[in-house]
Amino acid sequence: MTDPVLATKGLTKSFGAVRACHDVSLDLRPGEIHAVIGPNGAGKSTLIAQICGGLKPDAGRVSFAGRDVTHLPTRARARLGLARTFQISALAMEDTVLQNATLGALGAKGARAGLPGLLGDALAPGDLRDTAMAALERVGLAEHAATVTSALSHGQRRQLEVAVALTLRPRAFIMDEPMAGMGTEGSQRMTAFLDGLRDEAPILLVEHDMDAVFALADRLSVLVYGRIIATGSVDEIRANADVRKAYLGEDA
Amino acid sequence: MNRERMVNAALLTLLLGVPLWAWATDEPFTITLATRVAILALAGVGLNIALGLGGLVSLGHAAFFGIGGYAMGILASHAQSYTPLMESPFLLEGTKSMPVIWLVALLASALAALVIGALSLRTSGVYFIMITLAFGQMLYFFSISWPAYGGEDGLSIYMRNGFPGLNTLDPIQFFAICFACLAAALWFNARLVRSPFGLALNAARQSPERVETVGLGTFRLRFVAFVISGAITGLAGALFADLNRFVSPNMFSWQMSGEIMVFVILGGVGRLYGPVAGAALFITLEHVLGGISPFWHVWLGFLLLLVVLFARGGIVGLLAGRRVAHD
Repeated sequence: MTDPVLATKGLTKSFGAVRACHDVSLDLRPGEIHAVIGPNGAGKSTLIAQICGGLKPDAGRVSFAGRDVTHLPTRARARLGLARTFQISALAMEDTVLQNATLGALGAKGARAGLPGLLGDALAPGDLRDTAMAALERVGLAEHAATVTSALSHGQRRQLEVAVALTLRPRAFIMDEPMAGMGTEGSQRMTAFLDGLRDEAPILLVEHDMDAVFALADRLSVLVYGRIIATGSVDEIRANADVRKAYLGEDA
Repeated sequence: MNRERMVNAALLTLLLGVPLWAWATDEPFTITLATRVAILALAGVGLNIALGLGGLVSLGHAAFFGIGGYAMGILASHAQSYTPLMESPFLLEGTKSMPVIWLVALLASALAALVIGALSLRTSGVYFIMITLAFGQMLYFFSISWPAYGGEDGLSIYMRNGFPGLNTLDPIQFFAICFACLAAALWFNARLVRSPFGLALNAARQSPERVETVGLGTFRLRFVAFVISGAITGLAGALFADLNRFVSPNMFSWQMSGEIMVFVILGGVGRLYGPVAGAALFITLEHVLGGISPFWHVWLGFLLLLVVLFARGGIVGLLAGRRVAHD
């Protein structure tokens, strides 16, 4: 089996007396979608923040693309090819959709160039614009390129989040609830899109939409009170008694 | 042409037209007022790059304004007394040449912004406001206690500095110089907003997390913006000192920082021509209301309150409507 693109080992993080993350080890292998599910407050956001660099773990390691990135800041991990989408959209709301996508293209380019250029037009025809437009086209937002982001629906903002991640041409995606706020139809379209995306780069998917998770995931990890109580294929997780008790039972 | 561009063009025409009309009717005082507007607007353009584009609320921009002023004062005072600034290890003489003074003012204030920015940009929010204020006050008290260049009394320069091919003592010619500097800064600011750097800086103000997530460093972006911002305000300081032929610690005072911020807020934070509208209104009010009552600041305060409460986009926002993202 090939080496995992991304792996965590023994990640632990406490906030005062609350253990939000307890000895979490998981990995993301090339070509797969690995879903992380768990009830509210299970520590999914804490886990993502530690993987992406926003939070320093108390103990444990994060390795990505063959390197130990535990002590690297967010931007350095991004430059190595870790693309993240946010649960609550962290887009530049006053800017247009195209400007937001261009920012991603700029970041991907900035990995080599350092500081973005002071003169010149960011949106002029060229590499940046091509990369940005190609990503918008793939998620179906091309016709909204000139729209101000704050005018987008919640679902469209999710699509834009994914488009920005695409512009980075990453080695792995970390997606925090990409289906949240989407209608059934939007959710199905996104599911189909992510299904094809796994061949480009593996996806660590945190999602509440169980239909989507069961349709997409090659493997599932169940997080409860900061611990992974089970990891396995969809069928294995469905059959797991602990999981039924802790999580699925409430939903089903 | 969208509405904001029309408002901008009107502001520029007004700033150019009033002194030309005053020149034709021989009203040199009005030309001087317009010159003040152009210079203070330039200081505001500087601050607007940090405040409007970068979201950096600096209450210490008088530091750069003062450094520009003293760059002019120190160079010109040595030139007028025929004493070199230093003799060893190499001879450094003063100068009465504006372009040289501007260059020194730009470099000195950029250098100061480099140091102040490197330290203060590690903080944010109210701490950033306080630390920039503290740096401004440090320079203020330093200038008061430094006897070599006038201390509390400041420095008087008897003759306005020269510009090749122009008679700078002629008010309209000096206005033209200041207006050209302002126009150049506005042009640069417009370019900066459209540039990849501007896009990233603007995004860093709205969503720093996003900028870091695509692999760009927010600190670096803000740092560069702060240095550019300080340098432009420093240039305005040099011109301001030349206008008055006088430099004093007042240029470093926190009231000065506050005034520069008032221009930006009155005119419209983040609007390209906001500082021009703000400085023009401020000087007009100072002239008109100041003639009626010495307590005209009360009315200014009232106006500022109205703008902050009801017209967040300032004068430009009121006239031009909501900002349109650039195409």
